[in-house]
Amino acid sequence: MSVVVLAGGLSAERDVSLRSGRRLAESLRAQGVEVSVMDVDANLLPALRDEAPDVVIPLVHGAAGEDGSLADVLDALGVSFVGSGSVACRQAFDKAIAKGVVAARGLAVPYGFSLPHGIFRDLGAPAVMEAIVERLGLPLMVKPTRGGSALGATLVRTAAELPPAMVAAFAYGDSAMLEQYVNGVEVAVSVVDLGEGPQAWPAVEIRPRSGVYDYAARYTAGETEFFVPARISAEQEQQCAKAAVLAHEALGLRDWSRIDFIVTDDEVVFLEANVAPGMTETSLFPQAAAAAGMSLGQVAAALISRR
Amino acid sequence: MTGSRLDPWIDAYAARAMGMTASEIRALFAVASRPEVVSLAGGMPYVDALPMDAIASSVAHLLTTRGHVAMQYGNGQGDQSLREQICEVMAPVGVQAHPDDIVVTAGSQMALDLVTRVFCDPGDVVLVEAPSYVGALGVFRSYQVDVQHVAMDEQGLVPEALSEALAACREAGKRVKLIYTIPSYHNPAGVTQGAERRAQILTIAQNAGVLLLEDDPYGLLGFDGEVPQAIRSHDSEGVVYLGSFSKTIAAGLRVGWAVAPHAVREKLVLASEAAILCPSNFSQLTVSEYLRTQPWMDQVKAFRELYRERRDALLTTMEQQFPAGTTWTVPSGGFYSWVTLPDGIDATAMLPRAVAALVAYVPGTGFYVDGQGRDSMRLSYCYPTPERIAEGVRRLLATVIEAELDLIQTFGNAPVHLPPGPATPGPDLA
Repeated sequence: MSVVVLAGGLSAERDVSLRSGRRLAESLRAQGVEVSVMDVDANLLPALRDEAPDVVIPLVHGAAGEDGSLADVLDALGVSFVGSGSVACRQAFDKAIAKGVVAARGLAVPYGFSLPHGIFRDLGAPAVMEAIVERLGLPLMVKPTRGGSALGATLVRTAAELPPAMVAAFAYGDSAMLEQYVNGVEVAVSVVDLGEGPQAWPAVEIRPRSGVYDYAARYTAGETEFFVPARISAEQEQQCAKAAVLAHEALGLRDWSRIDFIVTDDEVVFLEANVAPGMTETSLFPQAAAAAGMSLGQVAAALISRR
Repeated sequence: MTGSRLDPWIDAYAARAMGMTASEIRALFAVASRPEVVSLAGGMPYVDALPMDAIASSVAHLLTTRGHVAMQYGNGQGDQSLREQICEVMAPVGVQAHPDDIVVTAGSQMALDLVTRVFCDPGDVVLVEAPSYVGALGVFRSYQVDVQHVAMDEQGLVPEALSEALAACREAGKRVKLIYTIPSYHNPAGVTQGAERRAQILTIAQNAGVLLLEDDPYGLLGFDGEVPQAIRSHDSEGVVYLGSFSKTIAAGLRVGWAVAPHAVREKLVLASEAAILCPSNFSQLTVSEYLRTQPWMDQVKAFRELYRERRDALLTTMEQQFPAGTTWTVPSGGFYSWVTLPDGIDATAMLPRAVAALVAYVPGTGFYVDGQGRDSMRLSYCYPTPERIAEGVRRLLATVIEAELDLIQTFGNAPVHLPPGPATPGPDLA
């Protein structure tokens, strides 16, 4: 069986994706699988035709990798691939849509708004921001509606910090989310379907040293402390697992995903779903796999065998 | 209960490793390495213009005739023949030195490291230009030096500002160990100190009893045929001069040098031996062979022409495209122009949009240690062709600057939070 891992692409998460791709390929090789890693560029389609792999594993983070475009192209090529289809990707990648979908299924989500730059321009940013701060309170979170790795995300503690936070978010896209800041334990739950329906792995608790799980905290070893199992009650762990599987199913995700939550005293609050979870040395999915007693390569090999 | 930090040594690192973190800006530069992106970011010399066949032959000849030397450890101070040749290479910039005054290093970057290592204790002050070369800032920071910026104008480092900075340090009881300057074709500012300015700066340093660290990688790459005379040409005791073959021959060979007063040179050699035992004999002999067998000055002239044409392409397109209020320096040599954007546009904040528009530059903040430079960026013209440069500038304007102006109009121009970590690309990305 031959496998191609797709990594790289042109999004701001290129570097993360390359690292994820290399790591996954390495762990698959350890399972005896023949793997090559390809970038997503003009050479890709001819290369896929030449190589005719049995299965493709897209690990391209951000934009084309997670917004469903790549899944559509792979479908068009008739290539079998691991991971979610284009419709699910599209729903999950847009955080506002994802929130709506999972909220309709009863999951708690942070109260907030997703707004394009144009609406601030048309209505006058100060008035809109004032209304939002009044409604959401402070602190609040601002992040690009589409995108990952916390790029362009800011924890806004005062009203004065909001305008530059908006500018930072709009640098990554035309739409930004403004949400109530939910105080609690940040966890990531990986969901994997190895043939018996989607199962949640143990939640990984995230404790960034700086207090904010930003890009540096995500990708610098040592900057964040991870707890597996998470330091939450057994009941909360169960709630997380249930909510993660529910979100995975509600969004129509396939094979694997990572669902991020904040666990408060009262509830489990959905933040976002990731269709191409990071697989780097500091990523959450591999830690969850280890907690579940599997290596990355074993998980991927099992998923490949199902295609 | 203790979690996993994924790095068992996290509490063991030296204080100087603080700040060595992953960086959002670095992540963006990873995209800049793709061929679709017009990179006006990195300072990569256009090595495609080198006579590769001739170099291949001379390397082959070297290995055939002196392979046993090229593959062996060498002298800690550097190959004697190469040091003699370096004296000739420095003649156009007016530096007269004996081969014994020279320490060959792995690029002049290593010379920077050695000089800082032998002179600076944590907390010592190094005065640098505002803005300054990012690689030097990295070295100074790694030795926990108190880096202080001194103002520049269109002729480089401002003497009055330098005097004031020295006086302020003296008053505050701080020890100033080095004045670091790039007098010719400055990286990143693109300006050049005139002869009079150089003399003033040297006098100030001499009067203050502070060593001047003169970094001169671009000195031979002037566009109008005139080679600025190095500050070191007027003082062999108060100046350490750094030279490099990275821009005149090949950055990949990693051969640079320091010219230092006798006592300093002795310490630099010992420090170098402690760090790397000796510089690469293979690289040194390759350079030596190139200098001996190739018309190296003709190649330098060819580089000057090539870079002049690219500079012209950049300046012309900026003139045509950039909005009113944008200003930039007009380099008379070297690789860079320093662009200051109008209306408080934040060059760091707009980098993600630039990369999405397939054009890259280095935000000005990368060239300061204190967060200055938000409204500035360094544009390099050394690597892309003139056509690509024009396309890059067009993309910058059409999809980046105009959108940023639009955002400022909506949200005002409060400074955007600066992400942690290095704000410049690594040496391998352009």
